[in-house]
Amino acid sequence: MTTAMVEAVGVRKAYGANDVLKSIDMTVNNGEVVSLLGPSGSGKSTFLRCINHLEHLDGGEISVNGRLVGYRRHNGKKYELRAREVAAARRDVGMVFQRFNLFPHRTALENVMEAPIFVKGTSKAVARAQAVTLLDRVGLANHSNAYPATLSGGQQQRVAIARALAMEPALMLFDEPTSALDPELVGEVLDVMKGLAEDGMTMIVVTHEIGFAREVCDRVVFMDAGLIVEHGLPSDVLVNPQHERTKAFLSKVL
Amino acid sequence: MSSGTTPTAHTAHGDEPIVRLRHPGRWVAAAVLLVLAAMFVHFVVASPELRLDLVAGYLFEKSIIQGLLMTLKLTVVSMLVGVALGTVLAVMRLSENPLIRGVAGGYVWLFRGTPILVQLLFWFFLGSVLPQISLGVPFGPEFASWPTNILITQFTTAILGLGLNEAAYMAEIVRAGIGSVDRGQTEAAEALGMNPVTTYRRVVLPQAARLIVPPTANQTISMLKLTSLVLVIGLPELTTTVQLIYGRNFQQIPLLIVASVWYLVLTTILTLVQHRLEKRMSRGVLTRSTQPRRKLAVSAEGR
Repeated sequence: MTTAMVEAVGVRKAYGANDVLKSIDMTVNNGEVVSLLGPSGSGKSTFLRCINHLEHLDGGEISVNGRLVGYRRHNGKKYELRAREVAAARRDVGMVFQRFNLFPHRTALENVMEAPIFVKGTSKAVARAQAVTLLDRVGLANHSNAYPATLSGGQQQRVAIARALAMEPALMLFDEPTSALDPELVGEVLDVMKGLAEDGMTMIVVTHEIGFAREVCDRVVFMDAGLIVEHGLPSDVLVNPQHERTKAFLSKVL
Repeated sequence: MSSGTTPTAHTAHGDEPIVRLRHPGRWVAAAVLLVLAAMFVHFVVASPELRLDLVAGYLFEKSIIQGLLMTLKLTVVSMLVGVALGTVLAVMRLSENPLIRGVAGGYVWLFRGTPILVQLLFWFFLGSVLPQISLGVPFGPEFASWPTNILITQFTTAILGLGLNEAAYMAEIVRAGIGSVDRGQTEAAEALGMNPVTTYRRVVLPQAARLIVPPTANQTISMLKLTSLVLVIGLPELTTTVQLIYGRNFQQIPLLIVASVWYLVLTTILTLVQHRLEKRMSRGVLTRSTQPRRKLAVSAEGR
């Protein structure tokens, strides 16, 4: 039996009068790889950020690994968590950003070592050994002492993936991981992500890479204007979309 | 000159000599400066009233050295207070708690808005309105009590005046530094599970430091000279000491030169330290030497 890694129920989010998410229900099972597709402004990045509590919800709720995100339920009420408790809950969730957001004042190796040492309290020697392994896994064993500014975009994004993996997350969130890359560098990042998917990592990927969605993802979710328009197997949604909005979008990106 | 600049033919001559642009203005300026320098040297050498011999004699005089050490002590302690308190204030100003934000804002408003001289004198005369400083329950029993004038010595007064004032300026410098760190850095740290304190300590402040160092060095150099204000509360630092001496022997200029020499020595040392720090802080930032190489590589690819 599969268990749910992420369960979102009626998620709403607004910036002022602008309803970014209008009621999102979504379940992502353990080991599943799901891609969120949709035009810009459809709310897919915002939803991804809600899963990690980088954005606060205005309604509905999200659970990750059976734990409510951002709140504690007690006697039929939801109590807001303290910043420290939110931080602790995020350890299980790795996130990769569009703009990499590597720590520029630390080398590739130090970037990967940082969180295990200062969040988990791992010893330096263990964290280093683990970081070396992870950098090797993303194909950057030779660049461990390089500062981010000296690496290409694709290399930086691969370090960012290794950095997120260092916390041994149960779930990985990718927020348009290849959108800031030169076309020729997209492949190396997607290859690393494909490897992760093959290893059974639960992943939610906001992307415009239809090829990746078709080849790697178990399910694609198409969003527009803060709502899920349709979802299903990549072979169904991408090849034979049911909704006009999906058809129009796919005809432009394919 | 004419033979070099007039072209001999309209054909291409790749090996024709190049005549560099001449700068006659520089030669004129050099001549003027040379004359002025000669006049200055003549004045220094030929006027016995200047008593340059006194400068050498007083430079390492015991009371001067003691004054110099006091200046150094005041600068170091005031800046430590200023940087530490300023960083706390800066973080407070960026807090989500409106009360904490307000307190920090009020502090900066008060201490930046009144003259430092007034603040120094205020702490100096505090004893006249608050004769006792006590530790205890507010409006309740007291556990211990001290006379203000004993607790707040001349040195403490100076540190309070200089340090608390400096903190207000440092708060703004640190705030600007923190503000310049990309929002994505905080998000990345948070996404890794760092709590707010770790995020500040490991990610935000080290990056802000790079931008904080140059203005802080500026403030330190400024503080070095600002310490001469403690003259008003009678603390014998470098300038006060010099004034005390020329008050007795009327050799104002030689003694002011002595003080200037020491201030310049200290400022030079601080400037060197600043360069060292800036170099260390710029870890991971593309230095100028690496940038042109990248550009070259790109243009070579393009062709």
